[in-house]
Amino acid sequence: MSKITCQCGHENPFGAVLCERCGRPQTEEAKKSKLIDMRYEGSARRSQTYKRSIIDKIWNFFSSVKIGVSIIVAVLATSAIGTLFPQKLFVPATTEVDILAYYEKHYGFAGTLYYKLGFYDMYNSWWFITLVGMLAISIIIASIDRVVPLYKSLKKQRTKRHVSFMRRQRIYGLGTVEDTDMSMAKAEEKLKALRYNVKTEDGAILAERGRFSRWGPYVNHTGLIIFLLGVLLRGLPGFYVDEALWLREGETRAIPGAPGYYLKNNQFILDTYSKEEDAVFSQAIDRVGTIVSNYQSDVTLYKEAEGGLPGESEQLELVKDYSIIVNKPLNFDGFNVFQMDYRLDELKSMTFQLTEKASETSLGEFTVDLINPEPIYHLGEGTYVELKDYYADYDGFEDGKPKSKTPIPNNPAFFFKMVTPAKPDGEMSFVAIRETVETELNDYKATFLSAETRDVTGLVIRKDKTLYILLLGGIIFMIGVAQGSYWNHRRIWIQKGEGDELVLAGHTNKNWFGLKKDLDKVKDFANLPLYEDRQDAESSSDEVKGDNL
Amino acid sequence: MELASLSANLLLVSFIAYLVATMFFGGAVKGTNSEATHQNNRWGNIAIVITIIGFISHLGYFILRWIATGHGQAPVSNMFEFTTAFGMMIVGAFILLFFIYRTPSLGLFALPLAVIIIGYASMFPRELSPLIPALQSYWLTVHVITAAIGEAILAISAVAGLVFLLKNIDLTKKSKQRFWLESVIFTLILVVGFILSSSTFAVIGYEAKFTYINQNEQQAQIVYNYPPLFGMNEYESLTPEKMTPLAEMPAIVNAKTLTTFVWSVATGIVLYLLLRLILRRPVATLFQPFAKKANSQVMDEIGYRSVLIGFPVFTLGALIFAMIWAHEAWSRFWGWDPKEVWALITWLFYAAYLHLRLSRGWEGKKSAWLAVIGFIIIMFNLIAVNLIIAGLHSYA
Ligand code: HEM
Repeated sequence: MSKITCQCGHENPFGAVLCERCGRPQTEEAKKSKLIDMRYEGSARRSQTYKRSIIDKIWNFFSSVKIGVSIIVAVLATSAIGTLFPQKLFVPATTEVDILAYYEKHYGFAGTLYYKLGFYDMYNSWWFITLVGMLAISIIIASIDRVVPLYKSLKKQRTKRHVSFMRRQRIYGLGTVEDTDMSMAKAEEKLKALRYNVKTEDGAILAERGRFSRWGPYVNHTGLIIFLLGVLLRGLPGFYVDEALWLREGETRAIPGAPGYYLKNNQFILDTYSKEEDAVFSQAIDRVGTIVSNYQSDVTLYKEAEGGLPGESEQLELVKDYSIIVNKPLNFDGFNVFQMDYRLDELKSMTFQLTEKASETSLGEFTVDLINPEPIYHLGEGTYVELKDYYADYDGFEDGKPKSKTPIPNNPAFFFKMVTPAKPDGEMSFVAIRETVETELNDYKATFLSAETRDVTGLVIRKDKTLYILLLGGIIFMIGVAQGSYWNHRRIWIQKGEGDELVLAGHTNKNWFGLKKDLDKVKDFANLPLYEDRQDAESSSDEVKGDNL
Repeated sequence: MELASLSANLLLVSFIAYLVATMFFGGAVKGTNSEATHQNNRWGNIAIVITIIGFISHLGYFILRWIATGHGQAPVSNMFEFTTAFGMMIVGAFILLFFIYRTPSLGLFALPLAVIIIGYASMFPRELSPLIPALQSYWLTVHVITAAIGEAILAISAVAGLVFLLKNIDLTKKSKQRFWLESVIFTLILVVGFILSSSTFAVIGYEAKFTYINQNEQQAQIVYNYPPLFGMNEYESLTPEKMTPLAEMPAIVNAKTLTTFVWSVATGIVLYLLLRLILRRPVATLFQPFAKKANSQVMDEIGYRSVLIGFPVFTLGALIFAMIWAHEAWSRFWGWDPKEVWALITWLFYAAYLHLRLSRGWEGKKSAWLAVIGFIIIMFNLIAVNLIIAGLHSYA
């Protein structure tokens, strides 16, 4: 591809619309237009220049803002669809069948359709992830396509521009003044006072301000890419730990995902607002009912001693006592432990009495720990109760056998073998809450006396090495977006024309109002010719603009 | 309670100040020939001073209420508090942009918007409410306030857009744009309908109590403040002397919300039809003369500028601070909760706006329409997502 040589002698890369140095239009189209398109300085962008090979086509596809915006809108629309009904995550069902049933029950046909189309798990669906991937590619390619030529042209721009460039600017003025040299000198002075960067060359001034804001979009896009990269990394092992731990009061357990660490639950606390202590809220409490004020787990963190065998709980060293509350996780060694859930009053143990049915005399009491039950309970004098089988969460019989729904003691049931001197072979009895089943008529029975309960706290253990990457991405994005939004790139050209004429032109990438305010100040101070804003028909017809400022 | 009632009075003062200021802005607009770049107009000066007084009083409300909880909790924790604060920030954002561009037309439309929003807020329970544990965090305060400031600045872009559209759409001829502009006005009238009907029944003190069977097949109680058009699932009236519902709804529908909705819409429609009947032309024409003096180029630029100013603030508040808080409260920085998703949608939408404007030259009407749509998305997130698609963030 050959270079384009401008009349001014500068060699422009193939595809340039405006000469990099003097600004003369290079294409037929640009020569004919009244206002030139100043975006990217009319530089030669790859996407506008090469259109042949497949790579060119892919490049051009992704660098198009039209496509970029379409992808953004597609992500937006799919995200919105995902909020129509609750996502799978929020549905209280685990199996696919139950999930489908849930949608059917709550949302009817629309719910079934939502499930069938896969919208119930929108944000993990392959098409959603593909869209986000395309968004990332588009951001990268579109940025590279523009930033390089933009950087080059802004660097190479000359102070003195060709009149054909000046004439095609949105802000343009031409007129005679009394003393061109004086006006130029004063303009330079004023522009400097307005904190413009002023360059002069052979009867021409280029005043420029805030060029760095042009890099804002590229900085913010970099931030976005870093953020998305961080999200991608969480998929790799080791970067991300997410475990749950149910811990009963008094219990010590190994922390899943954090080898060598143990956690003990000393106490779980649930507080509510009271009308007496929080009198300002009494109206709200009356209206809504009980309002929880605090969920808290008082815990102790232990670490396995150096050299101790794994799992040897005597070898634990205390690390710290801590109260985990919502919004105040326990932090250690890069891990966070969060208060997420709780169960109040879980059964801890049950106490029974062995009685002789006929005389109703007691042969003694025994207590079954519902988490680690003993196999045999000796009541003395050759009397003992053997726990043959235990069902923590009894849920009726299946095929003649009792079954347990979960290992949590919600509804304990027991097979007891009761042995007494009178019945040395023992009697079998199935005991559940409000239900006793005997295979044959027994002389003895185990009657329920009392139960002890305790609370269980639900904790979540997280380790996320990507958080810092995400935060870095966020910070870079904010810097870039502020840079591009709160500053803008203004340029003012003033040149001597024929005789006593001065030519004036201005450009900004945004905030034309601000540019015109600056220009008005310079114009009044240096007595420059009037200019017009060729995109604001209304204000130039008034001819009063700026006068009152 | 002393502080709380003083704070309520300050809110009332600001409400009235905004109404008065609107009229002065009207005078300022009337008194000029055009507003290319504005202008030390006497009416305009008075108007902005009253606006600032109102804003300071509003700020006083906010600060006193903050103190009044005694728990250091910022008054952004329920629908009433949040929406009122949002109204305050819209006025703040307007003041900011007024001092850059000095266009009374903007005030003439921004202040009534704030008035409607405050009016809307007052329809919710106004008592101080305690925070549930998940909301007890500095990050919540920082997140909500920053996000609301961002949204308020973005809202000004919609106001500028509306002025631009009112000025530039030919309302004498039938067209798509005229239809949509009229629809926007109609929607605003619906909100007024809600405020009107709701406060009417509140003044009367209407209450109808029911028991019903909820989604979890348990019995529950509910109080209607509107005459019940629709009954809850298997409802039974506890106040038989009051109106009997016309129809019973299944458990998945909240018949109370539906009743409120239908009453509000009906009131709004009646209001709108009355206006149409009196005017005999689109209601938008009523507002058009107030927009005619505005300079299109300046309005277009205000629209763009407020998105530029608001977008970074919104990003910081609604996404970055939100993620930090979510990480502390729920152990994950992002959970695809509907409220979060709608913040993302809003953000993507304004990103699309910026790209369309910058690279595809969407200026003028197109960009004004986008700004109006953006505001609709914001309001959808504030209202509908809270009340209908309740997620973790649902207040009240
Ligand atoms: C969610 C994703 C995106 C965000 C938040 C974002 C953000 C931004 C922002 C804030 C600007 C500056 C706009 C202004 O100053 O008015 C910008 C500019 C730009 N963006 Fe994006 N962007 C995103 C995606 C994309 C994509 C997918 C493309 C691909 C075509 C793209 C291409 C551009 C271009 C070409 C510019 C103008 C650069 C310039 O004028 O020098 N962006 N972006």
